[in-house]
Amino acid sequence: MQTKNVMIVGVGGQGSLLASRLLGRLLVGEGFDVKVSEVHGMSQRGGSVVTYVRYGDKVYSPVIDRGEADFIVSFELLEAARWVSYLAPGGKLVTNTQRIDPMPVITGAADYPDDLVRRLAEAGADVDAFDALAAAEAAGSGKAVNVALMGRASKHFGFPEDKWLAALRDVVPARFTELNLKAFALGRT
Amino acid sequence: MKKLMLGNDAVAEGLYDAGVSFVSSYPGTPSTEVTEKLAEFRGIHSEWAPNEKVAVEAAFGASLGGVRAFSGMKHVGLNVAADPLFTMAYTGVNAGFVIAVADDPGMHSSQNEQDSRHYAVAAKVPMLEPSDSEECYEYAKLSLELSEAYDTPVLLRLCTRVSHSQSLVETTGRATPPEKPYSRDVPKYVMMPGNAKRRHPLVEERTERLRELAESSTFNSVERGADAKLGIICSGTAYQYVKEVFGSSVSVLKLGLVNPLPVRMIEGFASSVETLYVVEELDPVIETHVRALGIACHGKDVFPLCDEFSQNLVAEKLSAYLASPVVSPQPPVLGSELPTRPPVMCAGCPHRGMFHTLKQNGVTVLGDIGCYTLGAAAPLSAIDTTLCMGASVSGLHGFIHAEGNASAAKTAAVIGDSTFIHSGITGLINTAYNGGAATVIILDNSITGMTGHQQNPTTGFNIHGDPAGKIDLEALCRAVGVNRVRVVDPYRLGECDEAVREETAADELSVIISRRPCALLKTVKHSAPLTVVPAKCKQCKACMKIGCPALSMTPSGARVDATLCVGCGVCAQLCKFDAMHSSQTDA
Repeated sequence: MQTKNVMIVGVGGQGSLLASRLLGRLLVGEGFDVKVSEVHGMSQRGGSVVTYVRYGDKVYSPVIDRGEADFIVSFELLEAARWVSYLAPGGKLVTNTQRIDPMPVITGAADYPDDLVRRLAEAGADVDAFDALAAAEAAGSGKAVNVALMGRASKHFGFPEDKWLAALRDVVPARFTELNLKAFALGRT
Repeated sequence: MKKLMLGNDAVAEGLYDAGVSFVSSYPGTPSTEVTEKLAEFRGIHSEWAPNEKVAVEAAFGASLGGVRAFSGMKHVGLNVAADPLFTMAYTGVNAGFVIAVADDPGMHSSQNEQDSRHYAVAAKVPMLEPSDSEECYEYAKLSLELSEAYDTPVLLRLCTRVSHSQSLVETTGRATPPEKPYSRDVPKYVMMPGNAKRRHPLVEERTERLRELAESSTFNSVERGADAKLGIICSGTAYQYVKEVFGSSVSVLKLGLVNPLPVRMIEGFASSVETLYVVEELDPVIETHVRALGIACHGKDVFPLCDEFSQNLVAEKLSAYLASPVVSPQPPVLGSELPTRPPVMCAGCPHRGMFHTLKQNGVTVLGDIGCYTLGAAAPLSAIDTTLCMGASVSGLHGFIHAEGNASAAKTAAVIGDSTFIHSGITGLINTAYNGGAATVIILDNSITGMTGHQQNPTTGFNIHGDPAGKIDLEALCRAVGVNRVRVVDPYRLGECDEAVREETAADELSVIISRRPCALLKTVKHSAPLTVVPAKCKQCKACMKIGCPALSMTPSGARVDATLCVGCGVCAQLCKFDAMHSSQTDA
């Protein structure tokens, strides 16, 4: 099988590491060779962060390049726009509709672009935009936004739901299992 | 069963399984998790040292004393530890000793892009370079064996994409290493000139024996391609990018032992292919060796010296050798320039109040390495220089002498608690000793912040979070000869302002300790988030000057993001219209 590429992008602190751990656990369980590449350190402080997940029969490079991503899962709209050029032809962009102002917008040095979902679609991206924060809050806590978004993304990935749920149980702390299962389900419906 | 494992975790597992018993490191991205993982194994000694030099010397002592030892650091950390490294190459070791050094091509979290392989060449010690987590595990184990077999410290070179990538690893369990009781050996371990003179030839001879190993060991291997048109020599991540692009269609010489480099193996490989390329990130270390053998090759004439590589870069530079031409995809792009999203100081960061004060007072600030380097970014724009660990304090001393003492009234150094202990204290001693009216501000957030909350000698806890010796910063500063030492709370802007004005004006060396724990620490209790009273907000944007990510300006006035705000109240102190209140008192 040719290597598949998934990017998880967002803002430092949004919980993208848990999302990549969930995906990693699922894919290893499915018997794939898997590489997950994260960046730690300075960029985590509210900066733009990206995690690469690659799987297939044999995976070499840990990173994904421009035009290669079969899936981009974005935790924030502006980040979806920033990374959309990494989408492969025929790739799918699943994005949270949450907006988080970066510092240049906060200070007034730049404007947050309007109408990003429409513009992403016009630029040729196959977009599924989704309010994952609302789904997480409906499940009981906005902190489960990462899991709600992965629930939505799971509809496009094509693995059976029970495999996702088993992986989810493995990667979240026991006391948050119920919340996360609920958030995942709300995302997936 | 194979497990998905971070490269750094795999290094730790490998060292543990090879029987490592003493670990001393200083945190630094991307190396930190190796030592954090090792600290999870109880029954071995792990510690954070004050700096990399101390860490390496402590680990050397443990090796001498008979247990397998390890020290981990980032690339610039090895600069600090270079002094013991170069002479340990002469003394050799007793029990195995490995230093992991993590480079950061692309500078994801570093101040420079130096290539650590030069240290292996210059210090004449072997260096292994894994290319994924599996090799991290295997090489970590083998590095301790190699260290004992060749009586040398061994460098294990990591980089961001190896350290912080997860791939599948199978572990085997901890083995008991051979006993290595210390035995006195003055000619080997006392490096005074007469002894060192006798040791140096042994170092050169060892390098030649290691080169023989490089010719035949499994660290280095040839993967024969479908045809002989192109041969590529590579190592580490560059190997992964090459394989990603070419699979098994070209011949590859993969080097795992990157110092010393083989000769016959490279000559044989070169003669078996029509065209030879060396694909290596950063400096042309392998290429220089190949050219010195009189072998024609391509390398940095085609590939860049700067930044990290990728599969697209390799495909682009070597497109002539691809079976089918690269069709550059036309990915969707958005036309307009998107606003950047640089990293920022967190909401409630205790550094913010002090930086605002320094900016307001027009102080020239010599900065240092840590989260607070972010104080250089707009809108705080409060830092003038960042060089290396400790350079704020020592640099300020020279700066004031150059500018004349009057400049002391408008200059200050800022340095974090961990960085101050790492190497700021020596600079402070220098100023106390040689004179100067400098103002040094220790931003004491009671943790090593940027690398993800490691304990240090000022926190009162050790690497396991157990109570430990705690340095009294005030007493330490007084002991080195600073008479003016005061402590301020950076959440109180008035207090900061008074201290900065008085201490910069003082005609002698002074230290301000700006003390409040990092807002991200689990032990820190947050206050209720603030809310804005819309009727009172005049949209003057005074609160926006501090660059707090919890604050934004909307057409109806300032807005506080209650999910981010920790209620530090610094913005409320800037509001002249009393528009910002605690949500708790309002309720």
